[in-house]
Amino acid sequence: MTHISVKVDGTTYQDEVEPRLLLIHYLRDRLGLSGTPIGCDTSNCGACTVELDGVSVKSCSVLAVQADGGEVTTVEGLAEDGELSALQRAFHEKHALQCGYCTPGMLMAARDLLRENPHPSADEIRHGLEGNLCRCTGYQNIVRAVQAASEQEVPA
Amino acid sequence: MIPPAFDYTRPTSVDEAVRALADAGEGEDAKVLAGGQSLLPLLRLRLAFPELVVDVGRIPELRGVREDGDTLAIGAMTTHHDVVRDPLVRRHAGLLAAATATVADPAVRHRGTLGGSLAHADPAGDLPAVVLALNGELIAQGPHGRRTIAARDFFVDYLQSALEPDELLVEVRVPKSDGWGFHYEKFHRVAQAYAIVGVAALVRRDDGRIAEARVGLTNMGATPLRAAAAEEALAGAADAQAIARASDAAAEGTRPAQDVSASAEYREHLARVLTQRAVLAASGMG
Repeated sequence: MTHISVKVDGTTYQDEVEPRLLLIHYLRDRLGLSGTPIGCDTSNCGACTVELDGVSVKSCSVLAVQADGGEVTTVEGLAEDGELSALQRAFHEKHALQCGYCTPGMLMAARDLLRENPHPSADEIRHGLEGNLCRCTGYQNIVRAVQAASEQEVPA
Repeated sequence: MIPPAFDYTRPTSVDEAVRALADAGEGEDAKVLAGGQSLLPLLRLRLAFPELVVDVGRIPELRGVREDGDTLAIGAMTTHHDVVRDPLVRRHAGLLAAATATVADPAVRHRGTLGGSLAHADPAGDLPAVVLALNGELIAQGPHGRRTIAARDFFVDYLQSALEPDELLVEVRVPKSDGWGFHYEKFHRVAQAYAIVGVAALVRRDDGRIAEARVGLTNMGATPLRAAAAEEALAGAADAQAIARASDAAAEGTRPAQDVSASAEYREHLARVLTQRAVLAASGMG
């Protein structure tokens, strides 16, 4: 077992973990943060995307021990005081989801994109989200939502 | 899926990492964990069963890009994301920056590293063929010091590099290619998929003609390859027709695999077509 200390959505956790434990399993099974889903388990779909030390990562392709000392933000950490973030609100308003399975990963990837490129074109949004698959929407409304969020003054 | 159990160590210096690998010795199967974007999927699918994983993710000396005369020295643990944005790489090794921007997707590029993708030696990976075309060198450190391995000697076989079990890839050196035109042409099924075939082209022009062309091939054999016959035929080409004729030789000497994505014959066809496109773009004659 290896000792880790990780800050997740603002709370610091100290845990003994097996080195083979994936970050996604740590988040879901140990911390009970099941807002981040497991999609493909092959690092293709991006459903499990979270933020680690300020950048998007696929949490099925990171070991919990690699996050030791780091700071993780999941979809559950986006809303503040029960208020959806501008990006979450845009997904809601533009109907950027149907089944919702890809949504946590889409939100985290879109947040990363907007941090690097606050006013992306539709094409840049599509490229920025290339690591996240949606099987329902055909992506149109997801692109619209990210564009809408990028027009807000409030950071995503 | 859950990876098999392994012992884990996280050294904080290259010396310590090399010692961990050397201590593992012949009896224990040790694997270096860089960004983990190739190794973790292999572990999850239970295609690899290392007894010891040496995580080199916290060794500051392995990250970053510096100039060394006519060469760029890139730390093995520099992430794809950082390579793409690095001003020195963009200025002096544009081919590397352009090709790295096509690797997988942003989340993978945040974790994946240049050294990791080279040491993994996957012929379907984009960067082995690029470093081969750049005439790069790889610096390995073992218990007895450092040695330099030319890119052409580094890729030994499918997923096999020239690194010894107790050696760590510490640096990638590429000669500055200022003044060379470049292009990486990647053919893949969907945005983040591996290249079915990829072509890395570098072109130096002189007096309206191609003075020298270098062509690296992704996924045209068990290792990345240079399209030597096409390179030779491209010398002196002065227009698009000449480039098209020379590119017909791009698949000579290759041994592409047949798999679910493509037959070997189709890959040979792609190598010719993509070489033509890549060289046209790199030469500005397109």
